[in-house]
Amino acid sequence: MLSYTIRRLLLLIPLFLFISGLIFGILKLTPGDPAIVLLGDRATQEAIDLTREKFALNKPIPVQYYKMMKHLFTGELKSIYYRENVIKVVGKRMIPTLELGISALFLAIVISIPAGIISAVKRNSLFDYASMSAALFGMSIPVFFTGILLIYLFAVNLRLLPASGYGGPFYTIEGMRHLIMPALVLSFTMMASTTRITRSSMLDVIREDYIRTARAKGVSEGMVIIAHGLRNALVPITTNIGNQIARLFAGAVLTETVFAWPGVGRLAVNAIFRRDETLVFGCVLILSIIYVIVNLMVDLFYAVINPQIRYE
Amino acid sequence: MWRLKTFYLFIISFILLVWIFPWAKKDLIAYAVFACLTAGLLVLSIVISRAANDTDQIKSNASMMWKRLNKNKSAMGGMIVLIVLCYLAILAPFISPHDSLASDWGALSQGISRAHWLGTDDMGRDIFSRNLFGIRVALGIGISAVFLNTLIGTFLGLLAGYYGKKTDNIIMRLLEAWNSIPFILLAIAIMAALGTGIWKLILIVSLSNIMAFARIIRGSVLLVKESDFISAAKVIGIPDRLIILRHVIPNCISPILVLASLSLGETILVIAGLSFLGLGIQPPMPSLGAMLSNGQQYLHENILMSVVPGVTILLIVLSFNLFGDGVRDALDSRLID
Repeated sequence: MLSYTIRRLLLLIPLFLFISGLIFGILKLTPGDPAIVLLGDRATQEAIDLTREKFALNKPIPVQYYKMMKHLFTGELKSIYYRENVIKVVGKRMIPTLELGISALFLAIVISIPAGIISAVKRNSLFDYASMSAALFGMSIPVFFTGILLIYLFAVNLRLLPASGYGGPFYTIEGMRHLIMPALVLSFTMMASTTRITRSSMLDVIREDYIRTARAKGVSEGMVIIAHGLRNALVPITTNIGNQIARLFAGAVLTETVFAWPGVGRLAVNAIFRRDETLVFGCVLILSIIYVIVNLMVDLFYAVINPQIRYE
Repeated sequence: MWRLKTFYLFIISFILLVWIFPWAKKDLIAYAVFACLTAGLLVLSIVISRAANDTDQIKSNASMMWKRLNKNKSAMGGMIVLIVLCYLAILAPFISPHDSLASDWGALSQGISRAHWLGTDDMGRDIFSRNLFGIRVALGIGISAVFLNTLIGTFLGLLAGYYGKKTDNIIMRLLEAWNSIPFILLAIAIMAALGTGIWKLILIVSLSNIMAFARIIRGSVLLVKESDFISAAKVIGIPDRLIILRHVIPNCISPILVLASLSLGETILVIAGLSFLGLGIQPPMPSLGAMLSNGQQYLHENILMSVVPGVTILLIVLSFNLFGDGVRDALDSRLID
């Protein structure tokens, strides 16, 4: 287990090099000079030269790459636009994204796993049809459309909730009111796929012999479903949820855009539009590493759920 | 029963073809595509009705699949909606009552009226016409992106699965690395670097999903590779290229089909999302995503501006998903999902 973890973590190094090289290449292909974007069209040649010197934009490309990597590791990489440390800028935006993501994930898990279990146990019942149709609907509706509809209903018509923006930490009333709609919208898509996967993997498990044995032994139905059924169906469900978490940080871009939520996804998108090379570089690398580490944690968690799974 | 249906279909499509022909000068290509699609559907339905009548023969795989798909009501519903949407998309220049780009300055941001069936947007453009052209763009780009995606993903999966060992390792590790970069950011960065355009959009979107394809095709290639007929073919001395073409691909065709039909809906959602962010299809060309993002700004004035394109996207993706689920059940591919 330990050696497996170390091996996976060591694999991060080539991955890191690959991603950073790719992103750097794409950034260098992008037309336009960041110095001019930063200073505006009317800047004097002197000022432009000075900025180029400051951000090492006039050096040959391999040197620029080396410098950027070095600065990232020493924690000195500064955003061209914000003139602040990249890690600090990303960290500041990470909190709203985490609030949004965790509350959406919580909603999705609390609603969709029980819904999936009930649909699987009571197959072909009215509840099953209803929840499966709802899941199909949730998979097919664009996030931004749900967002716009909710805004129209609750903000424009009923005037109950604010239409957009971030109201502060989630434990304050204002923050909570701002959080409800984006979290709901983001959780819809997660709910859809989690319900479907829970149902299908529960259906597979319920057919197994050990479920029949447990029932024959006289274990109560609830225990059979939860302890014997769900526990064994948990691996695909965890894979799905892990994927959702890993994708959350960047995948919430659309939700964040609709609700003007100051999250990491929007920060990265704006940085690309602003030609803020250093921030894009830092953002993408940080997000990719989070993705890889979350996936690793999910893989390790399999062994907890199912002790049969071992990593050599 | 089948013959009768085919007969009516033939009559109706013939009337449609003749009826629309006088307008064909307006958009000859659209008319040609329409004629080809109609002829193709007719031939297909005749072939199917023949196959349905031949009860004596041993059922081929395709006709078995068709029978199962035919029984699945929701999948058939999805398919019919899709065919109607395809016709609407192809015939958009004939159907749309107004020019999708022309502004009617006398009717800005209006509701439903006789002149503008679904109202007008903030620039006085007819929403119904724009929507029709939006369907056209969404379907066209979505289907071509999935097609390209299938080609690339299948190719990589075949290579990785068939040659194994080092090739497998290199391809799969590279794909994992590619997959770990958040797709939307990557797409935006590439679009910023290369500039926007329909072909670039298709290429970028098609690269988003290759991981899923390659992984599943690799899995089924690994299964097929173990079978006796492959070793037999190898022993006879058939070159690898021919083994892959004649024996491996035909045996992997069902997961490829299922994956392609399942990923259509998702791809269209991704394209709409990119257009919503202002990176996909560029204005003034009508696109459903951009119409929605425009509609959000005028939410107080005209809800139709966001409801119409939103419902259209929902309808397209929903019918693709229904159809994809049906194909998966019909092919009984337990490998996926």
